[in-house]
Amino acid sequence: MIKHYFTILTFLCSLTLFAQDYFPKNDGVISKNTNYTAFTNAKIYVSPTQVIEKGTLLIKDGKVVATGASITIPKNTTIVDVSGKSIYPSFIDIYSDFGIEKPKRQGGGRSAQYDPSRTGYYWNDHVMPENNAIEKFNYDSKKADELIKAGFGVVNTHIQDGIVRGTGTLIALNNDGGNDTRVLDAKSGQYFSFSKSNTSSQSYPTSIMGAMALLRQMYYDADWYAKGNVKTKDLSLEALNSNKSLVQIFEAGSRQNDIRADKVGDLFNIQYVILGGGDEFERIDEVKAMNASMIIPINFPDAYDVENAFLAKNLSLHDMRGWNQKPTNPKVLAENNISFALTTHDLKSPKEFKSNLMRAIKFGLSKDKALEALTLIPAQILGKSDKIGSLKNGTQANFLITSGDIFDEKTTVYENWVQGNKNVIEDINKKDIRGTYEFSLAGESYEMNIKGELSKLKSEVTSNEKTRGSKISYVDDWVNVAFTTQDSTKQEFIRIVANVDDNKNLNGKAMLPNGMETSFFAKSKQTDSEEKKSDEKKADSTAEKVSPLTYPNKAFGFKEIPKPETLLFKNATVWTNEKDGILENTDVLIKNGKIAQIGQNLSVASAKVIDATGKHLTAGVIDEHSHIATSAVNESGQNSSAEVTIEDVVDETDIDIYRNLAGGVTSIQILHGSANPIGGRSAIIKLKWGESAQNLIYKNSPKFIKFALGENVKQSNWGDTETNRFPQTRMGVEQVYIDYFTRAKAYSDLKKSGKPYRKDIEMETLSEILNKERFITCHSYVQSEINMLMKVTEKFNFEVNTFTHILEGYKLADKMAAHGVGGSTFSDWWAYKYEVNDAIPYNAAIMHNAGVTVAINSDDAEMSRRLNQEAAKTIKYGGVSEEEALKFVTLNPAKLLHIDDRVGSIKVGKDADVVLWTDHPLSIYAKAEKTIIEGATYFDLKRDEQMQNEMKAEKSELINDMLKAKNEGLKTQPIKKKEKELMHCDSE
Amino acid sequence: MKNIQNILLTLFCASLTYAQQTPAPKQSKTVAIVGATAHIGNGEVIQNSTILFTDGKISTIVNTDEIKIKIGSDVEIIYAEGKHVYPGFIIPNSTLGLVEIDAVRATEDDAEIGGMIPHVRSIIAYNTESKIVESMRPNGVLLGQITPRGGRISGTSSIVQFDAWNWEDAIVKEDDGIHMNWPSSYTRGRWWLGEDASLKLNDKYSDQVAEVTSFFNETKAYAEGDKSPTNLPYKATQGLFDGSKKLYIHVDDEKGITDAINFSRENKVKSMVIVGGEEAYKVAGLLKQNNIPVILHRVHSRPDSEDDDYDLPYKTAKLLVDQGVLVALQADGQMERMNSRNLPFYAGTTVAHGLTKEKALELITLNPAKILGIDKDYGTLETGKSATLFISEGDALDMRTNQLTHVFIDGRSVSLETHQTELWHRYDEKYKTEK
Repeated sequence: MIKHYFTILTFLCSLTLFAQDYFPKNDGVISKNTNYTAFTNAKIYVSPTQVIEKGTLLIKDGKVVATGASITIPKNTTIVDVSGKSIYPSFIDIYSDFGIEKPKRQGGGRSAQYDPSRTGYYWNDHVMPENNAIEKFNYDSKKADELIKAGFGVVNTHIQDGIVRGTGTLIALNNDGGNDTRVLDAKSGQYFSFSKSNTSSQSYPTSIMGAMALLRQMYYDADWYAKGNVKTKDLSLEALNSNKSLVQIFEAGSRQNDIRADKVGDLFNIQYVILGGGDEFERIDEVKAMNASMIIPINFPDAYDVENAFLAKNLSLHDMRGWNQKPTNPKVLAENNISFALTTHDLKSPKEFKSNLMRAIKFGLSKDKALEALTLIPAQILGKSDKIGSLKNGTQANFLITSGDIFDEKTTVYENWVQGNKNVIEDINKKDIRGTYEFSLAGESYEMNIKGELSKLKSEVTSNEKTRGSKISYVDDWVNVAFTTQDSTKQEFIRIVANVDDNKNLNGKAMLPNGMETSFFAKSKQTDSEEKKSDEKKADSTAEKVSPLTYPNKAFGFKEIPKPETLLFKNATVWTNEKDGILENTDVLIKNGKIAQIGQNLSVASAKVIDATGKHLTAGVIDEHSHIATSAVNESGQNSSAEVTIEDVVDETDIDIYRNLAGGVTSIQILHGSANPIGGRSAIIKLKWGESAQNLIYKNSPKFIKFALGENVKQSNWGDTETNRFPQTRMGVEQVYIDYFTRAKAYSDLKKSGKPYRKDIEMETLSEILNKERFITCHSYVQSEINMLMKVTEKFNFEVNTFTHILEGYKLADKMAAHGVGGSTFSDWWAYKYEVNDAIPYNAAIMHNAGVTVAINSDDAEMSRRLNQEAAKTIKYGGVSEEEALKFVTLNPAKLLHIDDRVGSIKVGKDADVVLWTDHPLSIYAKAEKTIIEGATYFDLKRDEQMQNEMKAEKSELINDMLKAKNEGLKTQPIKKKEKELMHCDSE
Repeated sequence: MKNIQNILLTLFCASLTYAQQTPAPKQSKTVAIVGATAHIGNGEVIQNSTILFTDGKISTIVNTDEIKIKIGSDVEIIYAEGKHVYPGFIIPNSTLGLVEIDAVRATEDDAEIGGMIPHVRSIIAYNTESKIVESMRPNGVLLGQITPRGGRISGTSSIVQFDAWNWEDAIVKEDDGIHMNWPSSYTRGRWWLGEDASLKLNDKYSDQVAEVTSFFNETKAYAEGDKSPTNLPYKATQGLFDGSKKLYIHVDDEKGITDAINFSRENKVKSMVIVGGEEAYKVAGLLKQNNIPVILHRVHSRPDSEDDDYDLPYKTAKLLVDQGVLVALQADGQMERMNSRNLPFYAGTTVAHGLTKEKALELITLNPAKILGIDKDYGTLETGKSATLFISEGDALDMRTNQLTHVFIDGRSVSLETHQTELWHRYDEKYKTEK
């Protein structure tokens, strides 16, 4: 660290002190410097597109006065001839926490905190638009030196804490100035993220969907506040409103979160500038469609250390691919004309910036785009193009002087000027002594090769084809070299001290181990230009290897997303789930994603024929209760979370989607968990593995919300200290519902009256329930509370749509039938908590016999891939007929989800969501051979085997490449295995 | 379908006079099962069988097409044409009867505190009145190895049958083996303390293995001395060296399995078993060479990592069997006790993924009997063995056809009624009468 400090010397040029005019001066006379400085004969990159081959840069008072090929230089000018050198605008880091200490995490109490800790501000502690970075800012010259060395002249910093983070500050890295000169803009933007603040333990939001809902509600509230409808003071909303016109920057941090952040903004016509995660290339079309400017980190992963074979097997294909795919991210963004700035964010140190940037360029990012991303674009994003990011007249005199192309590995950056202050990184007058030298001493001839960075040279001395141990130092044209004598056991050294002449020859003396001194001359050997050329050629021809992208970009992803086909199943046993029942030796035609024809001896010329002799064709399995394919399950920060929706957080990359397909599942309802009486809204999706999250969600999806009863919502199993959230008993649960529905009714009435009302997402959702536009699926076990909810809803003139789990449904099946509610239950789960003590596997049969529409659900990523077998258990437990049993996992859940007009049976006109089974579909011996959604084959047993083999080959090749990388001396990182937890209702 | 309902109803009515769960009395009369397909449990099938058992033991099992048996008038005959007879299924590595309700701490008796506690015995905590234990019987799961969890050396297991008044009645084999949780090769950071939660090598692995080695060394040294004062943990461990107890090492990863095998060999453990063995298929050669069986990780589980074949847990049994390893199935994992009744279906799944039905059957009959050391009396339908068997309407490995009509444990006619069937009948009746 210390070393680096000294490497940057800032020169106090008299011309750069802009003492504030009206400040008294007590240590001398006021002397004003009005001189100019001109840099002549340089290749000047005024902007990425405007390059002057041999030009002059004229600066004064820390600003650019003029740039051009032929400009008039005033008389009072210091002229610096930099012929042969290049001048670039200094870089801008638009996303930084420079000079701002991140608040330390507060220790939470013994039990969760639900209320805010502040008054006079927004109700949620994690919303802090009233924070201003400038008030917490302390110029950090240590960090500034690192950034200056990496080429940066300006950083845009803010408090990286909380969901709404307040304003940021634009700072010039001027080590000599004070904040009077450095602060380019005290309020340079307004900042957001999905992460909670360290300064508060307030529970809400516990999930990313909660954070999204919170932001939305905050914007509604800010609008309501701005219109003067709120009688109390809210400093947060006032600040949010007053910073509305600044650039709005959102830390998303991953491709999926980019889309989520953008979606929040879209609702309020706010276009965030989005800090991405470096994985945007995985689904670039979606990223492009955001139409957002982006900020992109370049913390590319090192190769993994795969030498330990046991550990290496824990490395996922996704992570392995990341090693060679992630460096392509900037290139892919550029190719898709997405405007982006690069940042040092997420790098351990700015020192790593250059090597990562070089890697991005090696992987295809054009140099023009790289320069844009570091100068022009960040300046544009901040609305400061007139001040920074170029060397146009009037801009800050922030520029780099380099030996050549700044994006060339061999280029030396000499100086980084900030606001007209010179920072020396490398002595510009220092002769580049790198190369090969020949000399002879005491009758022996030597060859010396000097290489490495100019500031950190390395020497290699050889004689008689033997390498000697050697050390070199180089200061102010003087070279000191020490190397061992031929007899390596003696530990004796020959020392040389020599001056570098203009021809780069070394002239001086040598001191031999015997104390003799002798004159020394080493001749610089001209580098063989041909050798150099062939070296360059070699470098160019080794194009970087990049693993092919799949959808999703991990194991079992598709190179091409499956497309609908015209398929003809011949001679199948077809379980229609319709009046026709089970049809033997029947053909089914699938066309345009729909079931087109069912019959005997069908023949269609264009169809791909599938011989289904001895096999069974059924409608795709539907899981009414799933928690796969989502980044969040519970928003448990409040006893109602009607404002959140799983649709915001669908995770299309979850491998359990593929595994479910392998179990014949085609549609699922992703439910919110059961952490609170009123949970969140559902996502009903088709398992179109490979498609984007948005494309999985049903078009015109029926609206659902999860409710929950019993032990989970009263926090019985959350630990003994969790006793401060209402309700703690079943008695309280009823009151929660009555309270919310009463308020929703009032809200709905007010809204209908046309009078002004505060838009409340939670109340909007509950009003939809009252208006029968949204359906309740309620997690439930014990008969008393099931009965209660039916009575509550009847009071409010609507019905519960589905009781899910409903393990004591058999105790009041008659009441359920009368109410008209369906039951979606487990086949045989019980005994895992007290409230399921009376759960019986005969539940489904009893409810079915009583006239309740019954489904069998999973709530479990493992069981969901065997739902057909779970349905078969109702034959064993209670004697349900086979035909009805299959409906428990196909047609009946479709009915409960109000999608039975589209799926759930094999009927002409319905979606072609079908499964071809190798055996009787209710048998333990049956495997899904093909799982088809809308005519496209998303799972195929044979293709799966092929993919298994291909993946093994790809992984083995990647491991080989990583071992090679390690042998070449590249950095490696230890292996880590990420695991996705199995999510149930209780998952937080 | 109706048939089954009738049979079940009849049983229900016949047994109304006494509590359903009451253990059956000793076999008093010879029983003959005539005409059923007998699945012996060792791979053989007799299509049209006659099975006789007296005083709890099978006296005759023959192919009726080949040998006609004269059945005396004092014999209770069960005509079972078209039905199937199986030896009682055996669930090893089970906590049945040790925990009743997962979320209620007061009902948990499966994991004692302490690191090396081989002297802790599961059998005395085994609750014969458990509502979950009785729910095993209607699915054909009749015997189990009741196993302690927790610690490095968790304690000593015992083998029981599932129809008993008290734990002494239940014992099939007392203190059959000691269970050890092998140190994990990997650890993960404590995310709640802000540590990186991803998997990395366990840097305490060597120390942890050394601790166990040291414990074994001390144990052996203790045996050479005057054993005074008595050291309970050392004393309990001695059975491993004379072969009276087996060492069950719970370990899943390839490296851990290999190390565990070497450990047992170096410590002169007479007989060891791998429990879990998710990656055992990668070291099948080593297992076979050392005659080490595997009580395999639950078949109905998700693959360990996202790159694994979707069906890896389904086909692991086949991968091992094909390479000559002795394999049994179990249910260890989430909600393992209530899930244990699905043991036959775990075996069924291995059929869908490569094994033959009779081979799969061995995984829950003969193989666990061999592994647990009770194959002299249990695990197959053979003359001289215990009449622990059941009759199913159809293929018992498939939930579609697993419909039990009769269950016998040691020749005793066991009730098929449970807390669950009782509730079923009550509410079924309620709605029928109300109609």
